[in-house]
Order: sequence, then C-alpha cells, then structure tokens
Amino acid sequence: MEMSISREDWSLHRKGYTDQVRHQEKIKEAIRARLRDLIHDESIILSNGKKYVKIPVHTLDEIRFRYNEQKREHVGQGDGKAQPGDVLGSFGDDSEHAAGKGTAGDMPGTDIEEVAVSLEDIEETLFKGWSLPHLERKEKSIEKSVTDRFNDVRKKGLMSNLDKKRTILNALRRSGPALRKTSFHIQPDDLRFKTWQQETREETQAVIMAMMDTSGSMGKYEKEMARVFFFWMQRFLKRNYQHAEIVYIAHHTEAKEVSEEHFFSRGESGGTMVSSAYRFALDLIETRYPQHRFNIYPFHFTDGDNVTKDNMTALSLLTELVKRANLTGYAEVSPYARKSSLWQTLEKINNPRFKQVLVRDKTDILPALESLFVSHES
Amino acid sequence: MQRYDVSERKALEQAIDEISDIARGFGLDFFPMRFEIVPADVMAAIGSYGMPSRFTHWHFGKAFQRMKLSYDLGLSKIYELVINTDPCYAFLYEGNSLLQNKLIVAHVLAHSDFFKNNIYFSRTNRQMMESMANSAERIRHYERLYGTKRVEVFLDAVLSIQEHIDPYSHARENGFAWECEEDAFETTLLGETRISGDGRGKHIRFDEDRQSGSYRRYSDLLALDERLKLDGMRRIDDTLSMSGEVDDRRFPADAHVKRNEGQNDRRHKRHFPPDDEKDVLLFILRYSTILEPWQRDIMTIVHDEMRYFWPQIETKIMNEGWATYWHQRIMRTLDLTEAETIEYAKMNAQVTAPSRTTVNPYLLGLKMFEAIERSYDDPPEEYMLRFGRKKGQGRAKIFEVRELENDVSFLRNYMTEDVIRHLDLYVFAEERDAWRITSKDIEKVRDVLIRARTNGGYPTIVVRDGDFARRGELLLVHIYDGIELDRRYIEKTLPYVYRLWGRPVHIETVLNGTMTRLSYSGEGGQVKQENIV
Repeated sequence: MEMSISREDWSLHRKGYTDQVRHQEKIKEAIRARLRDLIHDESIILSNGKKYVKIPVHTLDEIRFRYNEQKREHVGQGDGKAQPGDVLGSFGDDSEHAAGKGTAGDMPGTDIEEVAVSLEDIEETLFKGWSLPHLERKEKSIEKSVTDRFNDVRKKGLMSNLDKKRTILNALRRSGPALRKTSFHIQPDDLRFKTWQQETREETQAVIMAMMDTSGSMGKYEKEMARVFFFWMQRFLKRNYQHAEIVYIAHHTEAKEVSEEHFFSRGESGGTMVSSAYRFALDLIETRYPQHRFNIYPFHFTDGDNVTKDNMTALSLLTELVKRANLTGYAEVSPYARKSSLWQTLEKINNPRFKQVLVRDKTDILPALESLFVSHES
Repeated sequence: MQRYDVSERKALEQAIDEISDIARGFGLDFFPMRFEIVPADVMAAIGSYGMPSRFTHWHFGKAFQRMKLSYDLGLSKIYELVINTDPCYAFLYEGNSLLQNKLIVAHVLAHSDFFKNNIYFSRTNRQMMESMANSAERIRHYERLYGTKRVEVFLDAVLSIQEHIDPYSHARENGFAWECEEDAFETTLLGETRISGDGRGKHIRFDEDRQSGSYRRYSDLLALDERLKLDGMRRIDDTLSMSGEVDDRRFPADAHVKRNEGQNDRRHKRHFPPDDEKDVLLFILRYSTILEPWQRDIMTIVHDEMRYFWPQIETKIMNEGWATYWHQRIMRTLDLTEAETIEYAKMNAQVTAPSRTTVNPYLLGLKMFEAIERSYDDPPEEYMLRFGRKKGQGRAKIFEVRELENDVSFLRNYMTEDVIRHLDLYVFAEERDAWRITSKDIEKVRDVLIRARTNGGYPTIVVRDGDFARRGELLLVHIYDGIELDRRYIEKTLPYVYRLWGRPVHIETVLNGTMTRLSYSGEGGQVKQENIV
C-alpha cells in the first residue's frame, strides 16, 4: 500500500488570515449598526480617557435555526459522585453559587464576541455629518496653538524622515545615461529628507455651560441621561476646538458652580427657580467667558417643573443668554412627552440659535444631539 | 523554515510503516495515506474550513481566529486532522514529537478505515478536495463578476439553511422522488408528447441526468403503480387507513380525481410538495423564482459540500471512539521507552478527558466499543442460550458495528447501563437560574444523548408548502421533538430565507408550549408571530 510524507510550502496559504480580517470588518459594521444603543453604554461614558472599550457584540453569530440551549437538556459527565441537584454553573453572576469552576464560558449557548472598540471609531461614525452651527470667529482670540507641519525638504535630516521618492528621483537624475547599462546606486548626496516647521495658529475657544436642575424632582435616571448627553456634546466640541471647557451649574432655587462629580451624583431637595441658573450663566459670561473670546454653548437639562411666577423672569434672562451664545439648548426630560408651562413660555424666544428638545428616555438622546448638531439647511 | 531534517523524516517514515503494518494486522482496511507536515496556522486553517481548498467566507475566518488564538494561548491544540478522500490526507503539526506523531498516525489510520468502510460514507465523493477547489474557483469568479459583497451576502443566506438537506438522497442529481413520480404519471396519462418542464413553475430540469438516474430504471414500475390507482385499485395503505380517507396527497393534482366531496378544502388542494420535503436547501434551489444562475450554482456547491460533511457529523462519537480504540491498541504493541510511555499516557489522558458539561466523543465512543467487545467475547449465559451467541466474537462484532451504524443507532443499540454508570453520565438543565444535574436515570441519559445526535444535532425543518395560501409563499415546519427553537435566531434566519425565496416565508414551531407561526414578508419588515390552533 502506498504511503507518503510531504512537507509543502504552505506560506501562501493565507486564506485563514484574509477571512479573519473580513470577520473583523463585519464586527465594525455591526458596531456601526448598533451606535444608537452604544452611545449610552455606561462603559463608554465612564471609560473617559481609556482608548478602548469592550462591547459584547451578538450579531456575528452564524445565523441559523438553532435550539434554545437554555431550555434544553444536556448530558455531562461526573467523577462518580455526581448527584441530581448539583449545580454546575449559574447564569449571569457566576461568582455566586457556582460550585467549582463552571462559569458561563463553558456552558452551552454562549456565542458572544467581546470586541474592543476604540472611542475614536465610535466618534468617527457618530459625528459623521455633524457640524457646529453658528460658529463664529472670535476676533480677539489670542489662544495660540502650536502644530508641526512637514512642508520642507532638505539634504540633512533624520533617516526616519527620508523622502524616498525624491531621493530616488535625484539618484536617477544624477546617473543619467549611465543608467541604461548598469544598475544605479544611491549616493549620500541624493538623500532628501522631509522636515517640518512649527506653525502657530490662533485658536478659538469654546465653553459649554452645562446647567441642570438638581431639585428633588430630578431622579437618578434623568441625571444619567444628562450625563450621556453632555459627554458626547463635550467630545464633539473637543474635536472642533482645541480648548473646550465645560462648567457645571447646578441649581434648585439658587445656582452654583459645582464639580462634575457633584453635578451628576448629588441631589438637592426643594423647589426650582430656573431663572437662577440663567442669571448665573450670564454672570459667568460677564466675568470669565467674555463673548468676544469664547464660543458659548449653554445647555439646560430640567424636568420643566418650575415655580410659575419665575417663568417670565426665566424667559427674559434666557433671551439675553441666547443673544450672547452661539447655540443654546433646553432639554426637558418628560417620560410621558408632556410639555411643561416653562417649555411653552420659552417657545416665545423664537430664535434659530435656541433649540428645545424633549427627551422621553435614553433612545431620545441621539436624536436630541442630532437636532442640535446636524444642520438641515444644506 | 526547513528545520525538518533527514533523520527525523526517516524516523517518521519508519514509524508510519510499522504502524500501518500493525494496523493491517488488526484488520483495519484504510485508504492509501498522504501525510503532510504543516505549521500551526495552516493546521488551524484546515481545521476551520474542513478542507484546505474550500471557498472563503467570514464564518471560516471566525472559526480560524478562535482556533489560532486558543493554540497561541496554549489552551488547545489540534492533534489530528484527517480528510475523507482517496488517497486519504492527514495533517501533522510540524512541532509534534515523534511519539505524538505515532499516536496520531495510529489514530488517523482508524479514521481512514472508518471512512472507507462505514456504510454512511459509501457514497461520499472521494475526490472532494479537487471538487472543492473547483467550487472555490467558481465562487472567486462570481466575486469578480458580481462583487465580493454581493456574493458574501448571498452566501450568508445560503449557509443559514445549509444543514437542512436530505443527506443521503440523490435528488440533487436526479430530481426529487415525487417529481419523478409525477413525471412518470404524466408520461403514462398524457403520453410521451408532453413537453417537459411546462406548467410547473420554473424549476430547472436535468433530463439528461435522469436518463441514467434511478428514475429511468424504475419508471415503468412507477407508471404501473399510477395506472393501478387510476383503475380505482387502491393501495393497501389507503384501504387500511383508519378513517377510510384516501391519502390524496399521493395523487398529483392533474389527475382530477375527486373523492370525499365537501370535505375540507385542504385535502383537495394539490400539495406542493406532495409530502413534507426535508431538503429545504434543494427545494429552494429548484423552485425559487428569483435566483440567478450563479446563485443556483453557489447553492449547489453548498449542498454538495454539506452532503459530503454530513456522514462525519452523524458519526462523530463512533468515528472518534473507533480511532481512539485503535490508537490505544496499536500503541500498546509498540516498543516504547519509559519517557515515551509517560508522554503517550499524558496525551492519551488529554484526548479522553471527561467534561462536566459535554460528552467527550473520544471517551464515550471508546467505552462503548470496549463494552460491545466484552459482551461479545464473553456473553451472558442467557444470550448464548436464547440467541446462540458464541464466545470470542468481540472483534468481529465491533467491525460489524463500525460498518453499519451511525451515532443515533449506535447509542440506541449499544449504550448500556454499564457504560452510563461507569462514565457517571448525567442529564443537566437550567433550574432556578443555574445549570443543575436533573437526572441520572439510564433511559433519560440515553434519550437526551440520542436527541442531541438526531439529525446531526440540528433541528429538523421541512418544507410543508411551497405555495402557501396560494400566494407562492414558503411554509416551513419545525418537526418538534421536545426541544424548542431559539426565537431570536428564528427572527434572524427568516429574513435570510426570504432573501432566497423572494416571497414571504413562514415557519411553524412550538414556542413556550404553544404552536406558533412566525412570518417574514419583506425587507425592512418585522417578523410577525401568531398562535395557531
């Protein structure tokens, strides 16, 4: 009988790798498709600074008719002492009563890919088509930023900055007719290097004035939505301004500037005077963020539950604020999509630089952001 | 790269010769063997594609990534890779020690014997390596013509139903049996003048193929059967049917035979297909009205490849058990040094390691073959008296079993209480938010295992109606056997089936204990659900 051993050259057998790349591309597509859910993913918001976030992606299973593994009986093998009732592993929290090493991983029916996605990837997809409406060049903007630009070619330089194309062109030019006979060599004289110059550009600055109602009526859920909203708003502005500051103004009957942590976590009790926040914002513009130097984006999150007699004051103050700011937003959190009397009062402002958005739940955050930053004019 | 020196190679050649001789001495009958030494990533690639020459798709890329990763992390290593072809290709990892290779060679020879002799493999294409290479080339060509994306999207859809074939039928070449019956009937009734292919949808006919197929051979008999029916002579099963109803579904619609007037309409409607058709993939391939020729070709490729892999899917426990049984027997006869013996014992223990949450097919199959051998070598008194079983028939019996059974019949016929107790097998399921052992009952363990292996472990889904509601819609039915389908996957799969069929698609199954029909009727729409009585 014939038998043979061989050892071919398999180095060109790259199929596995190419299909692997294709699979990874599919994962990216899936992320794009899931963006709407991703933007209020806690792990992203809290990862502030970290480059990658891990997201479970379900969509890359091979699609087919499958048994419901969790409703199914399976057969396993014991060590001779297995008894009915013994726990092999638990769902969800596997730290609890799993007797031994059985975690969700080796249990039937888990086919979820954990994918590391960079925040940048998400932003790139999310911010596609967004723009800053009513952007103004602030005349006396004195903030300078320094950037490096490669815009010069010299004979001396760092080898890593070698301009290969120019170097070879020079070598060719120098060798001239001799080239036909022999192969040509690159002489030290042919080398060309890219070099950079420092450029100073004038930068405009932006400030986001995050105002939030911290009265008793704003619950944890409402604050969470505000947090998601401001997170993406800040990320977006940071892409457009080298300096985008954010100031947090919490208010109930009085307004004060607070730390980020305080802003999102602590609640106060008592009534609400929205005008206090607007007044505080106007004061800040007077003292710290003069409007000739800053692009100003005040944004107010509230449930609209204002002391009625304060509504008119709020209206006149906010009108002032809108005049000074590039874009002013007012978001009302209302699970039943009911507009408050404050909303109705503020509708009188009627300025394209003022936007009101109604947020019912988390899924409204993306549309709310888009209503601000996606211009429908063009 | 070429670290593989001559002396190593000589040693391996010698070992292979020796092991082959021993194997032949035991009665193993295998194909000529081609051993190929490959690096780890190629090993992983062949493992995930099932064949080195197969077409490309991201499914395989995903499997490859997983295998490669678990190899890189040292979690698992693919020990053996053998391909059912003639000659039979086996792949050895280039980093294997000589001893490891010996075990693998012994193991792989038994696989090759199984491929060659098990009845379920008797019709597999042994030139599949070349066929798959050709198919892959055609698919690459389609990618160039129609774009990678388009081909991929189509393949996604086809692969979503690839398990739903009738693996041992030759309908792909010869047409469905019921098509042949109808043809034969029409030939008899209408004479030979009938133009083939008219009036019955747009399916492709392979008349040339049929000349040589079973249809031609038996067409006179089939025709006779139909003539008898026309003469009013009913078939036995008709007359014996309890309610006295005649199974109209056997009758083609063109017969215009009307019986039991006034009874429910469904029985008078012409059924298409006449009986539930298990080969969903082929049915769609033949009767979908929206497929381009290249798309039909891709479906044919997937169908052929699934048919090729099916016997392996259906004999996993037997095949691995058989190979493990033989590598143990062969290794025991080799003259091993002390160090080699320890290395062998380690490796053998890894292969047969038990798992708390699955059944290790190597171990279960091995134990079952050993149990069969024991009970035929030294049968109980009663068996000798009642069945005339003789002593010392063990070896002969296991060779017979490896020839005639597949996993389901193997488990059903030979999974004894002894084996189940010895391996301490149990049934586990979800109970109060955890996986718990629910039973150690012998019958129960066997039933659950058999069910898990039935139809290759896939749910059985059939085409019940290819013209549902008289609107050209497709009705699939899940043959429910106590295990429900995953609803989320139904919702994802139906749109894929729609992409192939081009008209609304439905599936009937049991969800939460209720007979349910899920429907999908077009791009962008939602899968709708209704309870049916």
